[in-house]
Amino acid sequence: MATDDAPIRFELRRGAVTAVPLAIAVGLFGVSFGVLSVSSGGMGALPAVVMSVSTFAGSAQFAAASVLSSGGQPIAAIAAALLLNARYLPIGVSVAPYLRGGPLRRLLKAQLVVDESWAIAADGDGRFDPHRLVGAGIVLWLAWVIGTIVGVVGGEALGDPATLGLDAAFPALFLALLVGQLRSRDAVVGALLGAGIALALVPFTPPGVPIIAAAAAALVGLVRR
Amino acid sequence: MSDAWVVVAAVGAGTIVIKAAGPVLLGGRPLPERVQSVVALLAPALLAALVATTTFGTGQQLVLDARIIGVGAAAVALLLRAPVLLVVLVAAAAAALARLAAIG
Repeated sequence: MATDDAPIRFELRRGAVTAVPLAIAVGLFGVSFGVLSVSSGGMGALPAVVMSVSTFAGSAQFAAASVLSSGGQPIAAIAAALLLNARYLPIGVSVAPYLRGGPLRRLLKAQLVVDESWAIAADGDGRFDPHRLVGAGIVLWLAWVIGTIVGVVGGEALGDPATLGLDAAFPALFLALLVGQLRSRDAVVGALLGAGIALALVPFTPPGVPIIAAAAAALVGLVRR
Repeated sequence: MSDAWVVVAAVGAGTIVIKAAGPVLLGGRPLPERVQSVVALLAPALLAALVATTTFGTGQQLVLDARIIGVGAAAVALLLRAPVLLVVLVAAAAAALARLAAIG
């Protein structure tokens, strides 16, 4: 038995160790989410921490927080966040053949899939190591949750002086996330189109709706090829 | 339940379902290629929309203000490969300074 478990423990640890440098970045990201959540118009400390524990998807959490703080309806915040997370559908499909165990085990392991843990688990030939995925996923999740808690506590301590330029923090964050997604020509076209659609709709629709409508830009994926 | 909790609950439940759909429901069957090519572009399209609206939008108005200075500073920080927290701090500081300069 012990000899059978050894490769599993090796890959678990390898995933965890590989994830540490990324976990520092993810943790700092969590700090930003925490700080913004306790600023004026934010969702508040406890909802922010509960969201980081249960959702574990940074860009979707920032999107929901941003739509809420701009005065958008909850339904608009939910739709924007879930459209952003739709990319986890094909990512989940790609790791599915390698996740073992009953439905509940697979459901839990699937929650540890984020862009970073997915990249660490990839063997480069379309195959994925499930144990490396779990090791990396746990480390990244801990960093995200701890970062959020640090941000919530620190943000409440910072108070008003920090809010003078805080409205520039959201676009800066989304810009950082966007840069990581521009991996193809189609992605650049989709991004430009999405930004154009959203800006054109801002004067005519309630806050949040322009973001959801920008999803239509993804249809260029059908036309261009 | 407050708006924040409604959003936290719905986004949490929805994300769990999306992440688990492949491994639990589809059992590894691939998505149709046309669906994949659309889904792949959702994140860049929505993130760009968020960059645009949080830079220029205030309620239902488009305005040019100190946020542009902040976002420009963030873009420079990103080009220099600064970590995310620094990018955010640079953006906030640049916008704050621009406001102080305009007032003073």
